[in-house]
Amino acid sequence: MRSDPSRAGWGLKAATWVGVLFLHIPLALIILYAFSAEDKSYVFPPPALTTQWFAAAWAREDVWAAIGLSFRVALVSTALAMVLGTLAAAGLARTRFFGRDAISLLLILPIALPGIVTGIALRTAYHTAEIPFSFWTIVVGHATFCVVVVYNNAVARLRRTSPSLIEASMDLGADSFQTIRYVILPQLGSALLAGGLLAFALSFDEVIVTTFTAGQQTTLPIWMLQELIRPRQRPVTNVVAVVIIALTFIPILAAYYLTRADEQPGGR
Amino acid sequence: MNLALPAAAVVPRSSALRWLSDLLYTRRGLLLAALLGPPLLWFGVVYLGSLFALLANSFFTLDEFSGVVDRSRLSLDNFRAMTEPANVDVVLRTVLMAVSVTLACGLIAFPIAYYMARYARGPQKALLYIAVMLPLWSSYLVRLYAWKLLLAKEGAISWVLAEVHMTWLLDALLSTPGIGGNSLSFSRLGTFIVFVYMWLPFMILPIQAAIERIPGSLLEASSDLGARSGTTFWQVIFPLAMPGIAAGSIFTFSLTLGDYIIPQVIGDSTLFIGQVVYRQQGVAGNVPFAAAFSLVPIVVIGVYLWIAKRLGAFDAL
Repeated sequence: MRSDPSRAGWGLKAATWVGVLFLHIPLALIILYAFSAEDKSYVFPPPALTTQWFAAAWAREDVWAAIGLSFRVALVSTALAMVLGTLAAAGLARTRFFGRDAISLLLILPIALPGIVTGIALRTAYHTAEIPFSFWTIVVGHATFCVVVVYNNAVARLRRTSPSLIEASMDLGADSFQTIRYVILPQLGSALLAGGLLAFALSFDEVIVTTFTAGQQTTLPIWMLQELIRPRQRPVTNVVAVVIIALTFIPILAAYYLTRADEQPGGR
Repeated sequence: MNLALPAAAVVPRSSALRWLSDLLYTRRGLLLAALLGPPLLWFGVVYLGSLFALLANSFFTLDEFSGVVDRSRLSLDNFRAMTEPANVDVVLRTVLMAVSVTLACGLIAFPIAYYMARYARGPQKALLYIAVMLPLWSSYLVRLYAWKLLLAKEGAISWVLAEVHMTWLLDALLSTPGIGGNSLSFSRLGTFIVFVYMWLPFMILPIQAAIERIPGSLLEASSDLGARSGTTFWQVIFPLAMPGIAAGSIFTFSLTLGDYIIPQVIGDSTLFIGQVVYRQQGVAGNVPFAAAFSLVPIVVIGVYLWIAKRLGAFDAL
């Protein structure tokens, strides 16, 4: 669809690319700092470059422990969110009934309200119900706000999938379970995988809800936050930041390629 | 064509499964209940239950001497304490910040979104989309940390300004009361810049989606009727992009309102709503007051949504 033959003015182009630079310079800077030989201050430009901090970060037990906890939390939260999000999407994708809008609002709410509200609400509830902090108190919070990501991806795909496929399957004698197994799930597969990857990235990065629902446990974002407030060894923080960028970019890019057609209706 | 013959490939399964399958297929209500039951149970118990606990706690009080929450009686003490001038200041400061961040995000986001939707094609479009989406999803703390490096006194921004002999500009900005401070990373201006950076993608993507949905025929009709491109922009494109701007502004506004980490890491020592909530429940151990104060962003966002609705921002949604 190329309706307007005129080309973009240079002002518009400049505003666009300056904006994109603004979004990416900080990330590029982090990568540069990870190789900086300067270990005391944030001095720019770095006096010399080195890879020694990667080895120093590799040897840090606390970093590994934080990555391990974040990984396990994200894995379990994503699994829960995928079950709940898929069920909700299947229930809401093509139906109209009283209260439907309220349900979809309820799914969005944990992400639409500021994280601090979700966080303190959960903390207050744990406190009131006298539930001690554990791995599971973190997981419950993460799973709750991850559902919407899976739901959004699954709903977009279900709406693109023709209902006549399901009718055809039923006409050919398949029962509901066979239709789910052989028709619906293969259609949904890549959207669910993408939703799961995004949910994983979201949980892996979540700090606000986690600070309220964790006791003494340190997830990777909590570790990072402690370094931001009370820096101990800046070069190690720089390296961990680069590792986090690498660990989150991969699932996000994968999710993008899996759902390109769903996301961009006009862009094909 | 013999429709009466069952398809050979599908072997009829055990009668119990078939019975259940038929039941779910014929009774749509039952199927819906089976699908929505687990998510509704989860959200009803975990999420609504927590919000209810929050609301209930805001009516309790903290015993000043024992430090124990008194649950035996309900009072409005917390809400009365919120009207103290210091707390009112915090709310006003946060709302002002949220409004300015939203305006700045809108101004920076619109040209990017417009270019992405109307001019970018093929690989360039994919590149721009990824370029906006990566920062949106990538680590909030890493990006915040990057800004700490950028804004520090000896950091990259000071260095660039010194190289181009514009240090005077930075000094002038930092000595301005209200936005200035010791260095960019200890000033209100720094907080503002980081907020704008953090939420910018949340503004770009909805506007881009809204502009993308405008049918090309509408723009052709406008030009056929003699409108020049400026007229088409203001009379056709901008009003139709409005729902996207509204959607984006809800994100930028709500996220600024509740954030307590950015003003804590980058900024002067004045407090924002999120910091007050965080400190009251953490350091002070006053969960009831924190609970009451955390209702402020909910109410403010409610008012914001109501105004946006009154202005017709959702009509096109």
